[in-house]
Amino acid sequence: MSAALAGPDAVAHALEAVRRAGAVAADAVAVESDSVEVRVRDAEVDHVKQARERGLGIRAFVNGGDGLATAVTSTSDLSPEVIERMAAETVALARATAPDRHAGLPDGGFVADRPDLGLLDPADRASTVEDRIARAREAEAAARGADPRISNSEGSEASSDFARVAFGNSEGLLAEYESAHHGISCMPVARDGSGMQTDYWMSVGRRLADLDAPADVGREAARRALGRLGARRVPTAEVPVIFDPMTARSLVGNLVGCLSGYSVYREASFLAGRLGDVIADARVTVVDDGRRPGGLGSKPFDGEGLATRRNVVVGEGRLETYLLDSYSARKLGLASTGNASRGVGSGPGVGATNLWLEPGDATLDEIVADTPRGLLVTSLFGHGFNAVNGDFSRGAAGVWIEGGKRTHPVEEITIAGNLGRMLLDVDAVGSDLLWLGRVAAPSLRVARMTVAGE
Amino acid sequence: MSARDEETAAGASGERAVGFFRERFGLDDRSLADGLGTALARPVDHADLFFEYAVEDAVVLEEGLVKSGTRHLDQGLGVRVQQGERQGYAHSDEISVESVRLAATTARAISEGHASERSVSVSGAGAPAHDLYPVAVPPTEVPVAAKVDLLSRIDAYARARDPRVKQVMASLTAQHRHILVAASDGTFVGDVRPLVRLNVQVIAADGSRREVGGEGMGGRYELARLLEPEAWQPLVDEAVRIATLNLEARPCPAGTLDVVLGPGWPGILLHEAVGHGLEGDFNRKKTSTFSDRIGERVASPGVTVIDDGTLAERRGSLNVDDEGTPTQRTTLIEDGILVGYMQDRLNARLMGMAPTGNGRRESYAHMPMPRMTNTFMLAGEDDPEEILRGVENGIYAVSFGGGQVDITSGKFVFSANEAYRIEGGRLGAPLKGATLIGNGPDALTRISRIGNDLALDRGIGTCGKDGQGVPVGVGMPTIRIDGLTVGGTEG
Repeated sequence: MSAALAGPDAVAHALEAVRRAGAVAADAVAVESDSVEVRVRDAEVDHVKQARERGLGIRAFVNGGDGLATAVTSTSDLSPEVIERMAAETVALARATAPDRHAGLPDGGFVADRPDLGLLDPADRASTVEDRIARAREAEAAARGADPRISNSEGSEASSDFARVAFGNSEGLLAEYESAHHGISCMPVARDGSGMQTDYWMSVGRRLADLDAPADVGREAARRALGRLGARRVPTAEVPVIFDPMTARSLVGNLVGCLSGYSVYREASFLAGRLGDVIADARVTVVDDGRRPGGLGSKPFDGEGLATRRNVVVGEGRLETYLLDSYSARKLGLASTGNASRGVGSGPGVGATNLWLEPGDATLDEIVADTPRGLLVTSLFGHGFNAVNGDFSRGAAGVWIEGGKRTHPVEEITIAGNLGRMLLDVDAVGSDLLWLGRVAAPSLRVARMTVAGE
Repeated sequence: MSARDEETAAGASGERAVGFFRERFGLDDRSLADGLGTALARPVDHADLFFEYAVEDAVVLEEGLVKSGTRHLDQGLGVRVQQGERQGYAHSDEISVESVRLAATTARAISEGHASERSVSVSGAGAPAHDLYPVAVPPTEVPVAAKVDLLSRIDAYARARDPRVKQVMASLTAQHRHILVAASDGTFVGDVRPLVRLNVQVIAADGSRREVGGEGMGGRYELARLLEPEAWQPLVDEAVRIATLNLEARPCPAGTLDVVLGPGWPGILLHEAVGHGLEGDFNRKKTSTFSDRIGERVASPGVTVIDDGTLAERRGSLNVDDEGTPTQRTTLIEDGILVGYMQDRLNARLMGMAPTGNGRRESYAHMPMPRMTNTFMLAGEDDPEEILRGVENGIYAVSFGGGQVDITSGKFVFSANEAYRIEGGRLGAPLKGATLIGNGPDALTRISRIGNDLALDRGIGTCGKDGQGVPVGVGMPTIRIDGLTVGGTEG
């Protein structure tokens, strides 16, 4: 077997091979990554994991009469022979699928610039496994030292991932970029007479310098776990529900799925047919920006090679745009918003780049103080969200509020409502926008939801 | 359930896997021994090599068209070194003698000891103890045209079932995976693992209401079986029935109610409420709500929960786990008493227990962890109809979407996509958005009736843990749980 090709060469080789096999159009993406992850439990190393990975994804179109027929393949073997074999298989597979007049490459608008989005600090490549073990140990020690009730942990992790993405298509585009992703997280266990509780905290960024101090991550994780000790159920009630930035982010994540052009043209989203309508309270503005400097979802071009950009998705409550790639845009008679997301192993889909709900003025403490009786949610779990109709019913844990004050931790409850209604019922937006990934939100209050408990 | 009688062809799959890696990548006994020798060049407790070559293809239909087909080739190797509680892991997508040596050098860096000389001999047929899923035709070699044709027939059939069906989405996924494990304790075993999965989802609309219904099936068997109308038509019938039923569904009540769970897939309750909490890693670290509770009552009398990786053709079954340990039938809870955990090698060794064949990983790019295989509750003696008649005020849940658990606090949650009100022993209106939440060690002690109708699910489960997804199975008879929190919107 011959040696693997480097990413851009693999892309070029694949495009040439599918053309020779009979494809009328194609694009290809190659990702090469180096990653390291360490986990420390108490003072001991739990594991060290290191990898170098490569992958190539090919999408090819063949003429199918009334439109183009599509296939997508991928391989982790980047040798020229295997690429040629996969190229032939891609074309053969495309010939077996149905033609679709909406299928094809984007009509133009391919990336032409090379913006510096601050996705990598080359100096971070020098950071060693030992450095990461030291940082994980610091987080772990800070959590364990925060309180005698922090008696155990699932451990603290420090990880880094450096990637090089190359993308090309049969229109002559060949572009690439490099990026990094660093993280540190901590998951302590708190224990007292009432039982055991765990929670976690983390910090993520494109540069090691962007991460919070490990000890701060550990202390915050400990604070969250300790805050859950003694939690109990509350009686079933309809009350205002406040989401902290961590759980508000999960809520916005549910919304993202409903904004995807694919859900919309399939009418599998409660937001289908609502473009231009008021779908949320005027306090709600949602922005997606693929070029936010240092953003965890930033990239110069999307999964189809289109330049990324800033889109106001919800402007003061009004639905301004869906998130679209070229296929879902054509299906809806709209233009791509530069939101094609694509891994090596799949064709383009729609994804948020950096998507956030714009912060308001109030601190979380002020929102709590302004709530006579209600629930502050700090943890959501389960999958009880139905994008088709917006029905929402998920497991939750948090803190009960009486007279504007936090009284006791709460668990083993659910909160239920309908996301369409919840967006209209947002009556407070915090100033505490927090980035823990590609989707972010500040604290939010929803005027009324059903809390199910005793 | 008897699953012990299909070992007649033992080893066939293992020999095929060993031959495959030998021929394709030149991995002979000597090069494996050399790789292990590199990993063992410092004093360590255990080292293993894992090789994988996987092909997966899928066709997806929507709007009446199979718009795209996909095919993926994924190969690689992982080298692991263990010393005490430490593990070093390195993986690469290149399978060659040199990359084994390089990965082994990286993985052993966790060992702080000095150089030592240890040699390992790797030889033998590499045959696992079971041969649970032989197939004549690898599912990835069934012609695409047959797969495309199946989805087109499903689309036409679904639309003909009910005019309210507006959208049909169907997918057929086929996977064929070769693995090989060689370890410092002499373990040397291969496996060839087929896996197929058919999924049907429909959206039904009536006036302004839109609802979704879905059903799936799959396992480790011939893909041709899914092409038969007797296999797929009941699946489509179910998806259409659930979607149209939900058009009539009313808001679910909120509060504490008695809950009857139907047989089969609702066994996801066991998976979430107790299964994860009985995985060896959480218990070794004592972060599970079930830590140190062996011998204690954790469920009502009559409740016996089993994890069994040896059921023929099941989605959660394996001839050997991903550390080369033969799978087995492990009793977790017997007549309500906690009797066992599920173990991989590391956690078994550290806890002084035996491995149970539950060391699994998503792929070569992941480290093994204790994971479930097929987890189910044995049947009781109650008549399911009678169980329903006995409930004054509650809900009957027969189908579920996903679930999740907090291992440490024991709180679990799962969401029903088909549920009904029960009032005065009679089934009432269908309910939408029913979410159930409870506490693992507590919920199973509230089981008051156990049906005689044990069923396993149709082969659709994927379990996620620490970012790794693996196929699993669940099963349960009809059961009644007294006083579970139901999360709806009607106070």
